[in-house]
Amino acid sequence: MSTQDRQKRRWHILIFLTPAVLVYTALMILPLFGTLRLSLFTTVGQEQVFVGLDNFRTLLGDERWSSSFWNALKNNAWFFVVHMLVQNPLGIAIAAMLSSSALRFSNFYRTAIFIPTILSFVIVGFAWKLILSPLWGIAPDMLDAVGLKFLFKPWLGKEEYALTTLALISVWQFVGIPMMLIYASLLSIPDEVLEAGECDGITGMAAFWKLKLPLILPSIGIISILTFVANFNAFDLIYTTQGALAGPNYATDVLGSFLYRTFFGFQMQLGDPNMGSAIAMMMFLVILLGVCIYLFGIQTRMRRYQF
Amino acid sequence: MKTTRVVSAMLATTFLTTAAFAQDVTITVESWRNDDLLIWQDTIIPAFEAANPGIKVIFAPTAPAQYNSALNAKLAAGTAGDLITCRPFDGSLSLYDAGYLAEVGDLENMANFGPVAKSGWSTDDGSATFCVPMASVIHGFIYNKEAFEEVGVEVPSTADDFFNVLDAFKEDGNYIPLAMGTADQWEAATMGYANIGPNYWKGEEGRMALIAGEQKLTDPQWVAPYAQLARWGEYMGDGFEAQSYPDSQNLFTLGRAAIYPAGSWELSGFNAQADFEMGAFNPPVQAVGDECYISDHVDIAIGMNKATANPDEVRTFLEWVGTAEFASLYANSLPGFFSLSDHPVEMSDPLAQEIVAWRDSCSSSIRPFHQILSRGTPNLANEYWVSSANAIRGSMTAEEAGAYMQDGLASWYEPQQ
Repeated sequence: MSTQDRQKRRWHILIFLTPAVLVYTALMILPLFGTLRLSLFTTVGQEQVFVGLDNFRTLLGDERWSSSFWNALKNNAWFFVVHMLVQNPLGIAIAAMLSSSALRFSNFYRTAIFIPTILSFVIVGFAWKLILSPLWGIAPDMLDAVGLKFLFKPWLGKEEYALTTLALISVWQFVGIPMMLIYASLLSIPDEVLEAGECDGITGMAAFWKLKLPLILPSIGIISILTFVANFNAFDLIYTTQGALAGPNYATDVLGSFLYRTFFGFQMQLGDPNMGSAIAMMMFLVILLGVCIYLFGIQTRMRRYQF
Repeated sequence: MKTTRVVSAMLATTFLTTAAFAQDVTITVESWRNDDLLIWQDTIIPAFEAANPGIKVIFAPTAPAQYNSALNAKLAAGTAGDLITCRPFDGSLSLYDAGYLAEVGDLENMANFGPVAKSGWSTDDGSATFCVPMASVIHGFIYNKEAFEEVGVEVPSTADDFFNVLDAFKEDGNYIPLAMGTADQWEAATMGYANIGPNYWKGEEGRMALIAGEQKLTDPQWVAPYAQLARWGEYMGDGFEAQSYPDSQNLFTLGRAAIYPAGSWELSGFNAQADFEMGAFNPPVQAVGDECYISDHVDIAIGMNKATANPDEVRTFLEWVGTAEFASLYANSLPGFFSLSDHPVEMSDPLAQEIVAWRDSCSSSIRPFHQILSRGTPNLANEYWVSSANAIRGSMTAEEAGAYMQDGLASWYEPQQ
C-alpha cells in the first residue's frame, strides 16, 4: 500500500523538470510571448496602442515592407539551399573518407576541419573579408600565381555574388558539424552488417551507397533540420562582413538583418520595436513551419534500423 | 559587539568624508565619443574645473554603436548622467519630445550660435532649442600634394577640371585616382552625394525647397550629383565594390591614391598616418565663377538631462560650452571638428585652417536628408546610402536613383505627394 502511494506521487519527475522548465520559461517562453505582444501594438506619441494584426498587414501588404520582407526571405532560402547543396554533401563525403581505415592522419584532418566551427563569427567574417579583399587579400595574388587572375572578382561587393560568397564562407565555417555527426553515426554501424554485405558482393563505393547511406539517413535528416534553423536565424556573419544595411543594394539582407535594422534602428532610422517584433514573429513562424514539415512529413516516414 | 563598533566607526567615517566634500558637486557627461576620452580628461575638464571651482565633471562615454540604445535605457530608468551629448536632429528631438532633455535656448551664450548651428537641435518650428551646439564637420576632398606635383596637375575648381585631373592620374598609372569604395555604402552617400551635391541644389535653398515640397528628387539639380558619381567608378581602384572605408583610408595614407573624398573628421587620423604633404579642395562647381556651396554638417552638441539633481551646475557647464574658450579648446584638440559658434577660433592645424576657410568663400549647408526627411519608412538617409553606392557601381542610372529616392520620400511625406 505505502509503496504504491509513493509510486503514484513521483516527486522526482517534478524536481528534475523544475530547473529546466523555470530557465526555459524565463529565457525562451516569456520573451516569445513578450515579442508576440509587442508585435500587436504600435507606438503613438509616447503610448503603446493595441492594433491587432495591423503590423503584420503592413509587413505583408505594404509594397515596400513586403518587398523587403520577401527579398530577405528569398535570401534566407538561397542561403539554406547553398548549405544543403554544399555543406551537407561535403560533410558526408569527408566523414565517409575519415571513417575509412585506409586514411592516415585522420585525427588531424578531423580536428583541422572542425576548428573553424568554434571560431567566432567576427573572426571568420573579418578573416575572409581580408582574404577576399581586392587590395590586400591573398585571393587575388593566389589566383594570379596560377595565371587565373581574370577569375577574381570583388565577390563581397557584387550584387550577384555577395550572398553566395557569404553562404560559402559559412559552409567553410560549419562543415565540421555535419562531418562530426555523420562520422559518429558511420562509426556506429556494426561491422557485421558491412561484412554480411561483403559476402553478398557489396564492396567499395557500392557499400557506401547501398548500406551506409540508408543507415545514416536519420542523421542526415537531423542535420538538415539543424541547418534549416541555423540558416533562417542567420545574422552574425552578414552583420560583421556587410554591416546592418546588408549591401550591396540589400543583396545580402536576410530576415535577421532586416529585423535588426527595424527593431533597433540604424543611423538616422529610429528603432521600431513593434514592426521589429512582427518580423521576429514571422521568422519564428517560418522556422516553426519548416520544422513541422520535417517532423510530421519526413521524420515519421523515415525507416529506422535496429541492430 | 566588536564588529558592530567597527562598522559604526566605518559608517561614521563615510559620513564625515561626505560632509567634507559636500561643496563639490559632481556632474557626469554621457557621450558616444569614446575616442575623445583623453582629450576630455586632460584638456577640457581641467580647464572647466579651474574656471569653476566646486564642480567636478566626469566624462563617461559609451561605444558609438550602442550609445543611442544605452542612453534611452538609462534615461528611462533614471540613471543617465547630468549632461547628454546630443546627436543631431531626430535622435535628440525624440528625447526632447519624450521630456528627457531640458530646453536650453534661454542660456546667455546661446546668442553666440547662428540659426544653421542651432537647426540640428531645435524643434521643427525653431521655437525651442534643447542642446548647445559643439562642432560641425565639413566635407571636401583631401589630396596628396606630392602626387599632384609629380603628375603636374592643379587643384580643380570645376567638375570638368576634376575629371581632367582624374584622367591625368589614370593615364600616369602610378596612383589610384580616387580612394573610395562602395562596400560600406555610407562613403558613397556622405562623401559622395552629400559632398558634391550642394553645388547643384544650391545648399540650403534646395534643401529647404525639398522639405517644403517645392522641389522633387527627380529634378535635375538632385539627379545631377548621381550622374557625377556614376563617372567616379572608373577612377577607383580595382575591385572598389568590395573596398571598405578603412581600406580607402589606408590606401590614401599609404600614398597609393591621389584624391580622397573626405570629411574633416579624418584630419587627426590622416595627420598621424600620412608622411606626405596633404592639401584640401572644396567640391568643384559646375562652371567657372559659379557660387560654391559646402556641406558643413552639424554633428555634435550637448544638452541637459531634465531629471538632473544639479541643474545650476549643469547650466554653468553649458554656458561654458558657449564661450570662446571652449570653442578654441575643442577645435584645437580635435582638428576637423569645427566650432559652430560665432567666435573667431584660431586653429593651429594648417589643413584644418584650409578647410575652415571655405566657410568664408562658400555657403554652408547641412546634409540634405537629415532634417525632417528621414522620419519615415523607408528611411531616406539609408536610401541615399544605397542609391549613391548603386550609382557608382553602375547598377542604377542617375535617373533611376532619383526616381527611387523620390518614390521612397513621396510614399510617406505629405508635402511631396
